[in-house]
Amino acid sequence: MKQRRSLGRTAGRSRARKVRLVDLAHARSGDKGDTANIGLIALKPRDYPLLVKQVTAARVARHFKGMITGKVERFELPNLYALNFLLHGALDGGGTISLKTDAQGKVFSTALLRLEIEVHT
Amino acid sequence: MTSPAATVRVAGGQGFWGDWLEAPYRQVTGGPVDYLMMDYLAEVTMSILQKQKSRDPARGYATDFVTQMERILPTTVKRGIKVTANAGGVNPRACAMAVADVARRLGLGGKLTIGVVTGDDLLGRLDGLLARGHALKNLDTGRPLRDVRDRVLSANAYLGAAPVVEALQRGAQVVITGRVTDTGLTLGPLMHAFGWAPDAWDRIAAGTVAGHIIECGAQCSGGNCLKDWKRIPDMANIGYPIVEARPDGTFDLIKHPATGGRIDVASVTEQLVYEMGDPGEYITPDGVADFTTIQLTQAGQDRVRVSGIKGKPATDKLKVSIAFFYGYKAIGTLVYAWPDALEKARAADRILRQRLKDLGLLFEAIHTEFLGANATHGPLALQDVDVAALPEVQLRIGVRARDEKPVDRFTREIAPLILNGPPSVTGFAGGRPKPEEIVAYWPALIDKRMVQPAVELIQA
Repeated sequence: MKQRRSLGRTAGRSRARKVRLVDLAHARSGDKGDTANIGLIALKPRDYPLLVKQVTAARVARHFKGMITGKVERFELPNLYALNFLLHGALDGGGTISLKTDAQGKVFSTALLRLEIEVHT
Repeated sequence: MTSPAATVRVAGGQGFWGDWLEAPYRQVTGGPVDYLMMDYLAEVTMSILQKQKSRDPARGYATDFVTQMERILPTTVKRGIKVTANAGGVNPRACAMAVADVARRLGLGGKLTIGVVTGDDLLGRLDGLLARGHALKNLDTGRPLRDVRDRVLSANAYLGAAPVVEALQRGAQVVITGRVTDTGLTLGPLMHAFGWAPDAWDRIAAGTVAGHIIECGAQCSGGNCLKDWKRIPDMANIGYPIVEARPDGTFDLIKHPATGGRIDVASVTEQLVYEMGDPGEYITPDGVADFTTIQLTQAGQDRVRVSGIKGKPATDKLKVSIAFFYGYKAIGTLVYAWPDALEKARAADRILRQRLKDLGLLFEAIHTEFLGANATHGPLALQDVDVAALPEVQLRIGVRARDEKPVDRFTREIAPLILNGPPSVTGFAGGRPKPEEIVAYWPALIDKRMVQPAVELIQA
């Protein structure tokens, strides 16, 4: 847990800390045309509700502001402790049209793992 | 038909055209398997093959498959392992003839029946279909195909498992198809072996999920797996996946003993979410699988049990994969060294863009990335980085246009920057970039009734 940073808020019974998703989840992504998908999977099933609550479609859209031109959709897979995000307009046209290094969105998932969420302990 | 088998093993041998050449041989020799499935077709592969066929009517298929078959046929014939592959591209019959030739050369003449699945190729029928009111609208943009009709290079409907099943039932040991879905190459063998009905929707969905898990080769058995990646053992010797299926639709994911990689709930989950859309509606020609019903449990070392899968009836449409000529692109790169590596690369980008503008060149897009800084994570990447300390940065600029001329002119503007731009630049040994033709993908739907899969058998 050494990478977890204190938010410095000590008032109240619980301490809230900001934790990067990379410490709570793993992920894989791929493409469908100009849409990148990100499957975000809780490393521990007990953390899945945290992801559901905080990693909303709106939050992900804010995280990727300037990097995608379309909307973000979210689907829940409680059976796999996973969320699936569709990021529309993420790949400069996608496939062979795209001029991006990551034209097929293969590592878009890792960019999401930079997102910080709040964890109460 | 013989009585249904107790378990059936389908091995994944190739996740794409260009995957590990050692994998198919290792899959058929490393332990018992009943089927080997190999996926060769990406979305724009068909247009490349169509171009080859237009130059030589005997080509238009994945030639690497024939080389693979030369290596594994003695084993598969001896052990009774059947092969399903969509290596036929736009010329499955020619591919089958080539495999038959190889079989005869190996002394297997008279011992091999090859099934050929066709009927997916719609290129020659396009105008008739458009005339009859099938607009083949782009699923992403809604535009009708007539807008780009004169630039279409290939058009193929995705066929499902049904013709694969038919070929196996008629005695094929090797089934070579055109554009059959990746999942159909696994589902077909399971339907055939277990006698699953085409409307046994839960079973169909289970076989589809099995196919989805192994269609990308080792990407479910430890390859490209983020969780605990440093501790995934012996990647050099990675084991490709095997579906060990049961008649009730449950199956285990396993790999051969004494191979590397890892099969656990995490590695399988990562593959399940790969390229996922709406998880409740994974649509194939064979049925609709609900990924929110999949249950995974670790049933042993490198063994994940998959159960609970629910399916829904197939739709009355087939997806059509159309490729059309779009335009041109080129990408140029230069490497800038510390000190101020990123600042130098940014300056070079500004200078180059000014020159392109001054030349009056028109592009649909100009895209700049700084590799080593922001290429994969964009602005998110530089938030916690001491930019001045970056040891080196690669400037990577791409342009795209409908005409070749501006793209070609762009390719001549990179090298001059070495002497007339910012300092400390290197990495131009590869020479001037080449303008590249863009063949773009046009997904559409068509009524199922308009597509008739055909199966024929060829004896080696």
